[in-house]
Amino acid sequence: MIAIIDYEAGNLTSVARALTHLGYKNEITAAPEKIRTAERVIFPGVGAAKATMQTLQKRGLNQVLADFFRTGKPMLGICIGIQILFEHSEEEDAECLNLLPGRVKKYPPTDTDTHTETLKVPQIGWNEVYQTKPHAIFEGVPNPAHFYFVNSYYPEPASADIIIGKTKYGLEFCSAIAHDNLIATQFHLEKSGRVGLKMLNNFLKL
Amino acid sequence: MLTKRIIPCLDVRAGKVTKGIAFKGNVDVGDPVEMARFYYEGGADELVFYDITASNERRDIMIDVVSAVAAEIFIPFSVGGGLRTLEDMRRVLLAGAEKVSIDSGAVRNPQLIAEGARAFGSQCVVLSMQVKRVPKSKQIPSGYEIFIDGGRTPVGWDALEWSARGIDLGAGEIVVNSIDADGTKAGYELELTGAIADLVPVPVIASGGAGNPQHLRDVFVESNADAAIVASITHYGEFTIENIKTYLTDEGVSVRDTW
Repeated sequence: MIAIIDYEAGNLTSVARALTHLGYKNEITAAPEKIRTAERVIFPGVGAAKATMQTLQKRGLNQVLADFFRTGKPMLGICIGIQILFEHSEEEDAECLNLLPGRVKKYPPTDTDTHTETLKVPQIGWNEVYQTKPHAIFEGVPNPAHFYFVNSYYPEPASADIIIGKTKYGLEFCSAIAHDNLIATQFHLEKSGRVGLKMLNNFLKL
Repeated sequence: MLTKRIIPCLDVRAGKVTKGIAFKGNVDVGDPVEMARFYYEGGADELVFYDITASNERRDIMIDVVSAVAAEIFIPFSVGGGLRTLEDMRRVLLAGAEKVSIDSGAVRNPQLIAEGARAFGSQCVVLSMQVKRVPKSKQIPSGYEIFIDGGRTPVGWDALEWSARGIDLGAGEIVVNSIDADGTKAGYELELTGAIADLVPVPVIASGGAGNPQHLRDVFVESNADAAIVASITHYGEFTIENIKTYLTDEGVSVRDTW
């Protein structure tokens, strides 16, 4: 079973629909036992870091996710799901799961190269992901390829080793990471057309 | 680099797309799911469904349409038309829409924007506005006035002021529908779109007036719109999304060119 973590926000059903479309059974759940026994876990969706962490703590799921990470079973974070993996987010000064060293920052108000163009935040729309490292999750995905983003904050891992994808929006930021069994993307795989479905399918085969 | 988005708009009445669309091949031209799939496979970056059904019981049909589209279409799409309450918005989002587009409902009850943003996040709430050029006045300093109810009823609000207020209330994107440009195929309302794009810190989507690919180039480059809605220029097969994107790429406009 594939567990989609229910944290009372975001577009959980979109991910569920994409998995169903790909032919995989899945369940949106907040039940710790179901998550512990799942073959794979997906942590998707949109939301604010602080509210997300509060919901996880209230349901005891922060520990469940940390434990799942240590089992070595495949785990996928999407959008807010990449941000809460790190130590801390600038969004409302939120303490996060601390599974990976690093922080989450807000986009600068202007482009860091030109200093003239005002950036619209959140970033909403299709942007290019450059694969900076080969990984099975990218199999069959053109490099670069466009994916759908909705975000005001971006992750800055302490170790560049875990970065597998980068994107430019005002500055170059980390848009995909992989560390052991843990993969996460800032972009929405479930809303990125064929390439997004391809990456989801790749995750399901890991 | 973030690309400019091209967003086909489909008008749906009682579960059927209202405009006959010149799709080639075996496509049920009235079926919203078929048409959504056609655009999805053809490179549309996003879709808008506009529910022009009047009565309440038929809204359930629209929810069924949204569910059916969401099961097959894996790009973002928004749904607008007649959304008046938080519950209306919730139903559409739960059925699988990425965003809701509120228009007359937001004018009648501006707090709907704030309630939607709090409940679902600003990125879900698109403020759509119908705008008409009028003589500049103390009440309408920009000379662009907000209308509701399909462009029939003037509101007495300045479009720039309403844009700014909508953002303060929590709207995540703004759709600027020009009543003057709509249906002319003479191009988007560049001045109005540019004025709003300069003013607000969120994406601005131009709507009304597209007749050829150059019109999209103009609104992207000259008015700095982030996205453009198309309807008749692609619905009737005159241009494809791919045609338009090829033209835009040649003109130096960044678009999502593979899908």
